[in-house]
Parts: sequence; structure tokens; C-alpha cells
Amino acid sequence: MEFKHPQEELDRFRRRLGFASGFVLFCFAILLMRFVWLQIIQHGYYQTRAEENRIALVPITPNRGLIVDRAGTVLARNYSAYTLEITPSKVPDFDATIDRLSEIIDIQPRDRKRFKKLLEESKNFESLPIRTRLSDEEVARFIARRYAFPGVDIKARLFRQYPEGVFASHLLGYIGRINAGDVSKIEDADQDLNYRGTEHFGKTGLEQRYEFDLHGTSGFEQVEVDAGGRAVRTLARTAPIAGSNLTLTIDAKLQHIAEQAFGDRRGALVAIEPSTGGILAFVSVPNYDPNLFVDGIDSQSWKELNESPDKPLVNRAINGAYPPGSTFKPFMALAALETGKRRPEQAISDPGFFNFGGHQFRDDKKGGHGLVDMYRSIVQSCDTYYYMLANDLGIDAISNFMAQFGLGSRTGVDIDGEAKGVLPSQQWKKERFKRPEQQKWYAGETISIGIGQGYNAYTPIQLANATAALANNGVMFKPHLVKYVTDTKSGEKRLIEPQPIRTIPLKPENIEVIKKAMVGVNIEGTGARAFANAGYVAAGKTGTAQVFSLKGGNYKETATHERLRDHALFIAFAPADKPTIAIAVLVENGGFGAQAAAPIARQVFDYYLLGKVPTAPAPADDAAKEDDQ
Amino acid sequence: MNLIRQWLQRLVAPIDPVLMLLTGLLFAYAFMAVLSASPERAGAQLMNTAIALVVMRALAAVPPQRLMHLAPPIFVGGVFLLICVALFGDISKGARRWLNLGFMRIQPSELMKIAMPLMLAWYFQKHEAYLRLRDFGVAAVLLLVPTALIARQPDLGTAILVLAAGFYVIFFAGLPWKIIIGMIVAAGAAAPVAWGLLHDYQRDRIMTLIDPEKDPLGKGFHIIQSTIAIGSGGIFGKGWGQGTQTQLEFIPERHTDFIFAVLSEELGLLGNLFLLTLYALLIGRCLMIAANAATLFSRLMAGAIAMIFFTYAFVNMGMVSGILPVVGVPLPFISYGGTALVTLSVGIGILMSIHRNRMLVQK
Repeated sequence: MEFKHPQEELDRFRRRLGFASGFVLFCFAILLMRFVWLQIIQHGYYQTRAEENRIALVPITPNRGLIVDRAGTVLARNYSAYTLEITPSKVPDFDATIDRLSEIIDIQPRDRKRFKKLLEESKNFESLPIRTRLSDEEVARFIARRYAFPGVDIKARLFRQYPEGVFASHLLGYIGRINAGDVSKIEDADQDLNYRGTEHFGKTGLEQRYEFDLHGTSGFEQVEVDAGGRAVRTLARTAPIAGSNLTLTIDAKLQHIAEQAFGDRRGALVAIEPSTGGILAFVSVPNYDPNLFVDGIDSQSWKELNESPDKPLVNRAINGAYPPGSTFKPFMALAALETGKRRPEQAISDPGFFNFGGHQFRDDKKGGHGLVDMYRSIVQSCDTYYYMLANDLGIDAISNFMAQFGLGSRTGVDIDGEAKGVLPSQQWKKERFKRPEQQKWYAGETISIGIGQGYNAYTPIQLANATAALANNGVMFKPHLVKYVTDTKSGEKRLIEPQPIRTIPLKPENIEVIKKAMVGVNIEGTGARAFANAGYVAAGKTGTAQVFSLKGGNYKETATHERLRDHALFIAFAPADKPTIAIAVLVENGGFGAQAAAPIARQVFDYYLLGKVPTAPAPADDAAKEDDQ
Repeated sequence: MNLIRQWLQRLVAPIDPVLMLLTGLLFAYAFMAVLSASPERAGAQLMNTAIALVVMRALAAVPPQRLMHLAPPIFVGGVFLLICVALFGDISKGARRWLNLGFMRIQPSELMKIAMPLMLAWYFQKHEAYLRLRDFGVAAVLLLVPTALIARQPDLGTAILVLAAGFYVIFFAGLPWKIIIGMIVAAGAAAPVAWGLLHDYQRDRIMTLIDPEKDPLGKGFHIIQSTIAIGSGGIFGKGWGQGTQTQLEFIPERHTDFIFAVLSEELGLLGNLFLLTLYALLIGRCLMIAANAATLFSRLMAGAIAMIFFTYAFVNMGMVSGILPVVGVPLPFISYGGTALVTLSVGIGILMSIHRNRMLVQK
């Protein structure tokens, strides 16, 4: 160890300070030399370059990619229209200018409000639209008087248009003007430069998810500007590259038929190609017109959409979670077979109720279904069979089995806003509730889980994908809406490959039992009326989900308020031996599944498999009421 | 009246007039620059300056002894936060730098710029009487762990500043020259390896420095436009608010990292000379305070802070004028932005406190 003398130490420290000062001066001298080089010796050169910098780069916004269905039908496109624009920095008094403009061009208070809003959000050297979509006549009228309006000009701009209007809006989504949230997304993607001239951004649906594909690459124009920054002439131009086109797995005609089949009822439908996970139809009704949002929605329309009790802005297909009702039964039966808790031929005697812990769980059919084996339990939708089965399996076995079918977890479909739903289990309940007495799972709660009631809640897309996995003998794909993305420049197609999520280990003979029973549903069971004379073999299962629990007493459909009526459900796939389509249909407050949901599936299948176009919305089959819980 | 005077006296007592004058001149210069580059931010700039002054005054009143005791907890806390960032920080612009505390987002790497020299100075003070070579090894580890965490975010600019801050403490503590020279040689030999470890964008920046004209509208854009701004400014500049590069928005990030280009264009070589002189005087004053500081801890802190100011200034002006690669280092006291300003003011505050508690008898 070396003993340090304080004075020696201090001297050494001061010598080091001296060295540091020398280093600072040396570095500053280098900087100074650099400045002298740039600012004196090279000054002339850089001055010329600064002069040349009067040449400004103006971004040219690329055309947004198109969205087309699998057959090429255009669902989202762009059209060019004239807008009347004001450059705020060149117009001293907007109100007076707008007043004078309104004498020759129709300007509504709505347009003024929107302009004010844009003004607050923008930098003042941008020109902002006061009126969009001018008619030719209006353009001519303005041009004749243009001299009287410095700082006001007509520009040709591209607008997004959804030619089908109120159609497929929940999957297409819409674009709107860029807001602060969008800006940070653009920055995070390091796209700032590319979005310099862009004004719109995908807000929901595919427009949102595929924003950076659809946007394209901005071009740049070298423009000579005068001292005030105004463009004098164009010197060079790098053309923009239009955004990629999206080709969907959606069949637009099928989508139309599916949407119209609902009539004015509320609900959702998802149809999936089981062998790929490609979504053929994706319905959430009521719909809205995405065109309303493109230039900023006016407050009147917004209020109507937002406050409507029908909630047209909610994407029911992925965001609504509903009890599956009896559509849960085929999966329960399969769980029973796979776990060995039931053999197909094993029959129970159904007295019409099941007693458990001093509570009577009633079957829908008074007096019961008599002797019920697995086939009959599905075909006739016998509740007692499943009360007993649920009790035998226990909640965790049910939950573990259903999780394999993706119930209670997001499917990963390529649009945002998916809800998780609820796959009840002991663990789930522990996490869901705070009070210890609520956290405990009671065996009695398992009973109603067996018939798809209780805490069960799944999104229509989860049900559709689970049905598709069943149809596909346990091979499950990630559902997706986009088939491929086409690069407009190279023509190259980026295929969205079918993505297998998992292969559920199921015994083929067990699957056969369930499929056979589901075929039976549509031949001699609750779906038979809806699928009479179908011309193909469809496997299905009806379901009815309680919205309102009627303690005691009988459920009387007419007597219950419309919004408290049960939800009607139907899951199906066809052709049963080699399925090409799997479907889940939900009609909110539709009553019985056989009555409201199955006829919709029939119309969709008829078109998809036979090319039959229906003439009217699927009729509610009021006679089909029996035995369907 | 008397009460107010007393209160005022108490208020200004810890403030060193020389440092205050130099900092004040820099603040005034900064305000002028922001007013030209980005007038809409003038109000916010005043606000930031006010906050900086409050912080400076607060730190000036904390005795170095107190500060020293706080060093280990601050440092450990800072490292902990850095680890949190690495594990679950927010990603912005492809880098994981921010930590979301729910009510606010913080950037722990900024804290390290002060925490690092504090910790090392504390360490050397603790081992003052029997400083061994091994202690430099320990210091190196203390320095390299947080630096690596910051470099990985990736935030090269901050990593360089933290590394430099720590290195200055070690240097002033008396790291033998043999080792320093050895390190420089080793660094030269390891450069090809380091090149491989850099991120693509970092390599691009270095390549851009060598040949900015290769990609004039893309990666070279910043540096070309800023050298044009500086060069076209000439000796006297184009006049305040008259810079075409600035006002026609050719200079990117002109109110933050590239504000020096604005000043050079509008105020010319004379303006730059003025700024360099201000910095040289500030650094000189800080080094003087270091020379007369009472304890080893104070000496090391003061010396390191002085050199941090220098590093900020040199790296920023070097990159804007195209002799150093572009890294995210602001121009000290001038660039718009509250965080850096507060960090620098903490430094000034600490120096004032060290000066107030200086050696009263010259040894």
C-alpha cells in the first residue's frame, strides 16, 4: 500500500486540471478551424448552395392502396375531386374571406366549423380545405373570380371512397385526418419523412391495421421557390409509389347476402374457410357508412351513430362477447369423449330436471327427453344430459378442453379491437373477483356452464373459428381477412399464408360422433326446419343465450321486452364430409337459435355452395321454438 | 423593506456571481436562438429557463457533504431504473429509453449523467487514504455497467456523455498515464470489432460523416443542410431571423440538436467566436473552482462537471459542423428542451455549492 501525501495529491490533481484545460483549448481550436474553413474559406461555395436551396422539396402524396375482395370487387378506392383551399398565412381575415366566398360557392356552417378545427390543428403555411368535392360549375364560378381572393385556390385532391357505402364497414374500417395519436405512431414507425404530405390515416379495421402497406411511398417534387417560399416552377420530380393493394379473403357477394339476411336485426356473423382460416364473410350489423368519416364526420351524424341504442359503431363480431348457449354442447360432448367420461351410446334418463345442491336445474322440455344418448343429446339439445356431464367433468377439465379451441382467447384476426371473452375456470374467478367469498368457485356454478350459460362469454369470431377447427378435425388456423398484399410497383404479391395455430389432439372416431350428431341436428333436430331440402349436408347446432335470467317462472318470449329477449345463435359447417365453410351466427335478442339464426346460415350456405341468391332477408321462423335452449 | 432585503440576500447568498453571469449570458443567447428557430416555443423556453434557475439555486444550497451521502442511493436507484427500462420500458422511435410510471414518463439515462460522477467521486473519497490500482478497476465496473445499459437502449449520445462523465472522475482521481495510453492503443486496435457491434443506423451515421453527398435527401440530409447553413453564414452572418436555411426549414431539428446551425447561419463566425468564448470561460471558471475545492469528492465532482460541459459543447458543435458523427447530444444551455437544461443546471448548482465550501486557506 502506498501512502499518499495530501499536498502531492493536490498538486497532481491540479496538473491534471491543467492538462484538461489544454485539451479543452485544443478541441475548441479544432472547432474554430472548422468554422474558419466553412465560414471564410468555403463561404462562397456554401453561399451558392444556400441560394440553390431556394429549391424546395415538396412531398407528393402517394395514392392509397385499394381494397378488393377475393374476386376483385373494389371495396375501397380513391377518386380525384376539387377542393377549395385557403392558405391561412396569406389571408388576413378568414371570416370576411369566407363570407365573400359563400356568395359564389355554397359554404355551410358545418364547413366553417370543420375549417376552424383544421386551423387549430395545423401549421399556417399549409393550405386547408374550406369546401370539398366542388361541382364543375362551382369550380368555373370560382376561377372566374379568383383574382379577388388572394390566398384561396382550387386544388385537385384524392379522396378515399367506399363505393358500397353502408357495407362491410366493420372489417374495412375507415381513414380520417391525422391526429396527435397517429403522429406518434408514424414517428414510432420511423415514417415521418414519408408522411410529410399525408393528411389521412387509417383509424379502424383493415385501413388501420394495414396502414403502412396501404399508404405507399411519397414522391418528391423539386420546386423553385421565391424569397417568400412560393413555388415558381417545378425542376424535377420523383414519382410517388402508390400504396399496396389488399386482396381480401372476403367474398363480397357472400358478404352482401350475409348482411342482408339479417334484415334490420342486430347481430354478427363470421364465416371461415376451415382449411385456411380465411374469412369469407364478416358481419356486424347494424353497419354504418365509412364514407362519413373520411373528411371528418359532422357532429350530427356522429351523434346519431354514437348515441344510437343499436350501437352501430361496435364491432360485434370481434368485440362482443356472448354466452354461446347450446352451441357449446357439441364441444362439451367432444370433451366427454376425449376424457372418457362418456361413451356415445351411454344413455341417461332425463326427467326434465337435474337436482344439485338443493337447486333444481330445469330442462327446456317439460317432462324431459326420456332416454338420451350422446347423439340425441345434441340433436334434441337436451339440457339435463349436459348438466350431469358438466358436473362429472368439473370446471377445470371443461376449461382446459375449451381453451384448445381458442375459446376465451383472442384469435389474432388482422384487425384491432378484439375482445378476449370469458372462459370460466377456478383461476379465472380468482383473478376476476376481489372479495374472497366471490373468488371461490362453487360446484353449482359448473352445472350451467355445461349448457353454455353462466360466466361463459365468447366472441362470434371465436365461435366461428372453434367451429372451423372442429370441421377441420382439430387443425386450427389463425383467422385472417387479407389474402395477399400486392406491391403496386413490382406487382409482387405478399401472401398472407394460412397460419396453423395448433392441432388439437382429437381421436378421429370421436370427431365422427360429434359431426354425425351435428348433421342430425339439421336433418331431424332443432335445425331441421331451417335446412329442409338443402341439397347439401350441413352440420350445425342451434343455441339460445339468456340475456336476462328469469328466476322461477317460464320464459315467455312475447312478454319479455325486446332488448331482454334471448340471443339466437347458430354454428354450422358444410358440406359435412368435406367442409369448405364454417360459420357462427348471432342475432341479438333474436329469440331461439333455430328461429332467428339458423335461417341466416342457410342463406349464406345456399349461396356459397349452390350459388343461390335469396330474394329477401332470412325470415324468422316463428314455428321453430321447441326444445332449443 | 428590511425583511425583503434580508430575504433577497439569503436568496442570492449561495449563488456564485461569475457562474451566474456566464450562465445568464448563455440563457439569453439561447432565448434569442429559439425565438428565431421556433418562435412558438419561446414561452416554453422561458418556462424551462425559470425551472432551471430554481433547480440551480436549490442545488447551490446543498452542501457537498450532504450530496456525497446521497451519491450511493441515487446511483443504485438510477441503475435500478435503467434495468427497469431494459425490461419493460416504452419503445419510441425504435429505442427503449422511457419508463412509464403511470403518471409520468421518465428517462433514467438522463439521471445517470449526474449520478455517475457523484458515485465515482464518492467512491474515490471513501478510498482516499489508500488508493490502489484495484480501486480503478472497481470504478471502471461501476462506470461500464450503466453505460452498457444505456448504449443498449440504444442511446449512443447519452452513453457517450455518461461514459465521459465517469471517465473524467477517474482521470482526475489520478488514473496512471500508462493505463490511459494503453487504453487508447487498445481502443484503436479494437475499433474493427466495435464497428461490428454498432447498429446499422449508427454505422450509417459514421459513413454519412465521411461522405454525406451519397444520400443527400436521406441520411446525409441533416449534415449537408447544417454545413450549408454554417458555411453560408460567413463572418458576420445573415442577421437574426434572416437565415434562409433556418426560416425555410431546411435545417432539421433546428430548435434542438441542430440549433447551433441556426446561430452560425444568422450570427456568423463572430457569433460562434462569442459562443466558444462563453463556453471556454464557463469551463475555465469551473476548473478553477475544482482547483480550490475543499475535499477530494468536491474536486472530482467539479472537475468532472466542467469537462461534461465541454463534452456537450464539443460533441454537439462537432457533429453539427460535420466533423463528428451525428449523436443525440444537445448544445449545452442553448438547445430547446427542459430535461437537458435541468441536468446542466444541477451541474452549475453543484459547482456553486462546491465553490461556497471551498478551501479558505491556500495550501
